[in-house]
Amino acid sequence: MVDNRKNPKLAVWKFASCDGCQLSLLDCEDEILAVAGAVEIAMFLEATRTELDGPYDISLVEGSITTAHDAERIQEIRRQSNVLITIGACATSGGIQALRNFRDVKDFVNVVYARPDYIDTLETSTPIADHVPVDFELRGCPIDKRQLLELLAATLAGRKPAIPNHSVCVECKQKGTVCVMVAKGTPCLGPVTHAGCGAICPSVDRGCYGCFGPMESPNVDSLRPWLTDLGMDQHALNRVYSTFNVNAEPFRAESQRS
Amino acid sequence: MTTRTIKVGALARVEGEGALKVTIRDGKVKHAELNIFEPPRFFEGFMQGRAFTEAPDITARICGICPVAYQMSAVHAMEAAIGVEITPEIRALRRLLYCGEWIESHGLHVYMLHAPDFLGYPGAIELANDEPEIVKRGLAMKKAGNQTVATVGGREIHPVNIKVGGFYKAPSKEVLNGLAEKLKEGRDIALETVRWVAGFDFPDVERDYEFVSLSHPHEYPFNEGRIVSNRGLDIDATAYHDHFEEFHMPQSTALHSRIKGRGFYFCGPMARYNLNFSKLPAVAKEIAKEVGLGPACNNPYQSIIIRSIELVFAFDEALRIINDYDEPAMPAVPAVPRAGVGHAATEAPRGMLYHRYQLAVDGSIEQATIIPPTSQNQATIEEDLTTFIPQWLDMNNDDLRWRCEQTVRNYDPCISCATHFLKLDIDRG
Repeated sequence: MVDNRKNPKLAVWKFASCDGCQLSLLDCEDEILAVAGAVEIAMFLEATRTELDGPYDISLVEGSITTAHDAERIQEIRRQSNVLITIGACATSGGIQALRNFRDVKDFVNVVYARPDYIDTLETSTPIADHVPVDFELRGCPIDKRQLLELLAATLAGRKPAIPNHSVCVECKQKGTVCVMVAKGTPCLGPVTHAGCGAICPSVDRGCYGCFGPMESPNVDSLRPWLTDLGMDQHALNRVYSTFNVNAEPFRAESQRS
Repeated sequence: MTTRTIKVGALARVEGEGALKVTIRDGKVKHAELNIFEPPRFFEGFMQGRAFTEAPDITARICGICPVAYQMSAVHAMEAAIGVEITPEIRALRRLLYCGEWIESHGLHVYMLHAPDFLGYPGAIELANDEPEIVKRGLAMKKAGNQTVATVGGREIHPVNIKVGGFYKAPSKEVLNGLAEKLKEGRDIALETVRWVAGFDFPDVERDYEFVSLSHPHEYPFNEGRIVSNRGLDIDATAYHDHFEEFHMPQSTALHSRIKGRGFYFCGPMARYNLNFSKLPAVAKEIAKEVGLGPACNNPYQSIIIRSIELVFAFDEALRIINDYDEPAMPAVPAVPRAGVGHAATEAPRGMLYHRYQLAVDGSIEQATIIPPTSQNQATIEEDLTTFIPQWLDMNNDDLRWRCEQTVRNYDPCISCATHFLKLDIDRG
């Protein structure tokens, strides 16, 4: 029986999101009990009724800030957290709900809700790092659970996580997947998209659709004529960048280009 | 007059953020309310103007627990709108994918979200301190479900291999055969799980529900079938809005669903089981008989037994599909856009999920409507609280609060899903 009292306190927090990234922790079926043995799970509402007061050694934050209440809540969580890690596209870029940032949010409220006056929401969906300092951002919609485990292990050991910043293209090369854009003429965002998924889309004969967001220093200008040559018009180019990381530059600029 | 208020500020072991408030006056439950404070994300709003081909990837992001359900309802509704018929091989692969999601989601709920209520633990992590082998068994089963979704769908959460018309790439027979070994082990664990949960201590309560689920002539329902109930409803998904309505209850701030002119209803595993017991495979019927559960069940606390029986079914069905599998000649049927309206209802792990899309001639979405299971069940959950709680008023507040939470968790509510479609009144006072 593990004595949890001396272990670092781990908290998992949720903002506007689909719950998928925190589910990734429960999806580590082979490792979750070892993780639970190495930390004290102080707050993880999706998994347990246990709620312990802060401060917390590590906070994992899922979701984006879309309400005034949540903008206050993240401040308190930051105050209570030694290390604050954001997990997933909502927390790191604002998520797909950041599409509201490009329209009057009232347009969306009116479409979805018959009583728009009941809806209390901000004009924008923003990443956690727009509100508080963040110690590490783990990308992906959803995050990759192996990367999450590496990040937790590294944080607990006090070392730098082995999480590469390169593009999805490198992962295709590592797997030996033939380039879908060169060999099959399939448009692909792999050259500008952050690695981490394991290049799963090209593995099923599909172009990457950018769910891990922009890599470090992506060259979207170079990719644009490739995509145009493969038949994507400006509207299609705008749309392909208008998804789960639409608020992250330079996807943001590409989504609005005319 | 004595007033007692049971409040659960933030419900644990549900997907998403919700709260509960039960007001008791003079020994009666005056008011029970499941509050949703999950912030809205406006999916139906930003679906407008998107291409019909984007719906499966975008709607998957409504829920990280049941993305396959969103993808399935989306592709079937789109195929109805553009007049595409999928092949039997694609249909079988979709059922296999859905088996994986039911296993992953039910495995999570039975072992990690619901069983701790019956055993007096705050969660499965704490349960594992005392009973590691039991929790490991549940995790092994859940893993087999995730492996099925990843094998067919390309990724466990937000699968990448699904498109309107079928799949980007069909898995090989060899790959699926490799999966079969895990699924056989999983089926054995599922049988063990039914025996385990059937031994729990259940509150002795029942209600006369109207159950609603899909029903297919030969199969336990996933992707196809008419929408039926135990009170005579029998309609095609295209007639959904003729028979169901959503409205605002005066004492509540959330949107509720009801059958027009009749009332609230219950969807999910209990509904499917009560309406489709005869379609279950022999192995599932036999284990139900072994543990003494007949073809009808009206005790929502026993939904954990039914979820476990559905796990047996899902493993058995996955194995049947793999055994019969022939790699399709084409992984997808071509999907050519046209103007039209498409409806589809499929069975998400926690109940019926309805999508409707109206498309322009170029295939862009003009209107999207999505009605998830949790918003359909919300009024029934509140009625359960109002009906059942009075008999437990001698419990202390902590125990009563826990029992109220358990009553909500009977439905495996997915608040992340429901919220984006519920009307909210967020009182920050």
